[in-house]
Amino acid sequence: MSFLEYAPALESKSILHLRKSYGLFIDGEFRDGHGTPFTTISPADESPIAEIAHADATDVDAAVAAARHAYENVWSRMSGRDRGKYLFRIARLVAERSRELAVAETLDNGKPIKESRDVDVPLVAAWFFYYAGWADKLDHAGFGPAPRALGVAAQVIPWNFPLLMLAWKIAPALAAGNTVVLKPAETTPLSALIFAEILQQADLPAGVVNIVTGAGDTGSALVNHPDVNKVAFTGSTAVGRAIAKSTAGTGKKLTLELGGKAANIVFDDAPMDQAIEGIVNGIFFNQGHVCCAGSRLLVQENIHDEVVERLKQRLSTLRMGDPLDKNTDIGAINSKAQLDRIRALTDVGEAEGPQRWSAACTIPDKGFWFAPTIFTGVETSHRIARDEIFGPVLSVLTFRTPAEAIAKANNTPYGLSAGIWSDKGSRILGVADRLKAGVVWANTFNRFDPASPFGGFKESGYGREGGRHGLGAYLSSGWNTEAQQALPGRAPSTKERSKPKNTTTARATTKGATK
Amino acid sequence: MTTHLAIPKTYKLYIGGKFPRSESGRTYEVVTHKGAFLANAAKASRKDARDAVVAARAAVSGWAGATAYNRGQVLYRIAELLEGRRAQFIDELRSSSGLSESQAQREVDTAIDVWVWYAGWADKYLQVSGNGNAVSGPYFNISTPEPTGVVAILAPQDSGLLGLVSVIAPALVSGNTVVVVASESSPLPAISLAEVLATSDVPGGVVNILTGSPAEITPWLASHADVNALDLAGGSALEWVDLQIAAAETLKRVLPPEMGIPAPALDRIQLFTETKTVWHPKGII
Repeated sequence: MSFLEYAPALESKSILHLRKSYGLFIDGEFRDGHGTPFTTISPADESPIAEIAHADATDVDAAVAAARHAYENVWSRMSGRDRGKYLFRIARLVAERSRELAVAETLDNGKPIKESRDVDVPLVAAWFFYYAGWADKLDHAGFGPAPRALGVAAQVIPWNFPLLMLAWKIAPALAAGNTVVLKPAETTPLSALIFAEILQQADLPAGVVNIVTGAGDTGSALVNHPDVNKVAFTGSTAVGRAIAKSTAGTGKKLTLELGGKAANIVFDDAPMDQAIEGIVNGIFFNQGHVCCAGSRLLVQENIHDEVVERLKQRLSTLRMGDPLDKNTDIGAINSKAQLDRIRALTDVGEAEGPQRWSAACTIPDKGFWFAPTIFTGVETSHRIARDEIFGPVLSVLTFRTPAEAIAKANNTPYGLSAGIWSDKGSRILGVADRLKAGVVWANTFNRFDPASPFGGFKESGYGREGGRHGLGAYLSSGWNTEAQQALPGRAPSTKERSKPKNTTTARATTKGATK
Repeated sequence: MTTHLAIPKTYKLYIGGKFPRSESGRTYEVVTHKGAFLANAAKASRKDARDAVVAARAAVSGWAGATAYNRGQVLYRIAELLEGRRAQFIDELRSSSGLSESQAQREVDTAIDVWVWYAGWADKYLQVSGNGNAVSGPYFNISTPEPTGVVAILAPQDSGLLGLVSVIAPALVSGNTVVVVASESSPLPAISLAEVLATSDVPGGVVNILTGSPAEITPWLASHADVNALDLAGGSALEWVDLQIAAAETLKRVLPPEMGIPAPALDRIQLFTETKTVWHPKGII
């Protein structure tokens, strides 16, 4: 018996207490939606999990009204200390129900249980715990002496890290004093609805967080609602661009966390064992459904063959299969649509000339699966080197000099993340300086922490999530007055922006104070 | 005694450290506040705007790559030269904008003070904008701001000098290069400022100044794929929402119009920066 053979070790679903159907979470209660409900399925075997309400424009209206009411009457009047206490409560409740949340996430998303259990859910608790402590310290956050909340935040999140993206959005928004209407992704609403139950257990005041499920139409109604002050979106660059256009001139503060095509640069002096693990983690973590995935491997030419050989060996040991099996390394692709996109792009990849290699995996009969795949001989002009695939597909390119590596790494409209593998400190810092990317992992990859800002350059979006910077995305800064007073003879200047000329949806960006 | 017959100045564009006429060959008449002829200013075209972006892009690596101490000194040097030409700017503001002597003095003095205020930020903004991050693991982790690249600016239209200085200086602090569309009605101080820049230590291409019609030029800058950010400070009279929509095509960072002259502020520096977070393992010794 090879060491690769193993007995299944299934995580039990008995910890779940799922309902047959879930409503919208508005004003502290679940209620039916006015759209046609849809069924969320497990991508591992296409079995139905639960029926989910579909929010239409009137439901979104009700959710925004609940958030506005809670903002004006409760949340903006509450002390930062008490807001923080609610967030601490949520952090603890998430930790208490962490196994249940991990199982639900894996069931609905298809990611391996070891990832939802060891990465997603612990980070969710950490995210709330981190931002809880900021709620009564906003004056010290570096955004001026009296930063103010923005009001109602409209948040739309993706399906790749459903609960973690929820935490990235809700925790800083509430700490800064905003109220929230959040729309989970259509294919992964389950963990957000269990989270709504946690909010009830925490006794969070009604309307402070509202969760509306649905598809793109629901998200569009939410971000374009005239009574929201802040829009935060994580997802594709195409949708991000559309949101940037539709919110132009409205005064809504916007943060966008969009696509990526990260370069993972491996120099010939890299610590090879760690680099191989890092490359694998960089692109095959979460089936490659990661916006910051290291999808372009840039290998120094003289070690190309060695690196590719070792990668193939390593990938041959990864186990693909039931996401609820604790031994599973590679889970299911989240949806049929995403699987189709991965197949289409890899077909183009083959047609354009690069050589394809896929790990020999047994593909289950049901569900959506894609074997870990490497393309070698990729050139910068190939589509698999330019388009975000969002799947377990690695494109390998080569370089000879650091300057060439930097030029190739930056040769993309994206700029979310990058990796550097080298044993030479000066080279790492020099290359890191020149990479146009918001997060640079040196001799590591795919590390996330609530204290660490995350977000992109260029067409990967703007704004940061995480850390002190992430807090700033939900505050109106209190600068300016100081500097104005420091200069002589100034006419009273104003921060007030001009009213837009061709839209009727403009609102003042701030209302009330946080304290 | 003979009287001296004045030699009027030819006002041209400022692109890549040089003073070209508009490639279009066009000029427009600049008049005093009473309507008397002052000069023919260059009327920049789409091609001029695109040339300016090319010059600005080429200048990014040198300017952003200079040490913060050096950028601070270069910016301070501009204030020194402005001080030396104080009388010239006061005359220009008086004739073009109809300001009283004391109003013009105050505008020039404030413009100088704004330069000095921003110059001092060059080697400090990073310390208050960035920070080390206490992550829960054995990692060195630090977040620092970097310039976003090329910033296209529509200068305030009601203030030929102070308005211009108040939008250029903050973008330059972190190492961005700029293409700025000057006040349409009061472009002459902008070109005189270009003479100051050209004779100071600012490398060619770091500041590029276009005169002409903001309504004509700005859309080309808003939609230009090699522009990283768009400051619409002086755009309140334009269809600026359309400009913001055009800028969204390449996800530019956009600052909407402001009423009046933007006050000196740290966030004007920060708005044209990108935060980069670098991780490295530590503890293997």
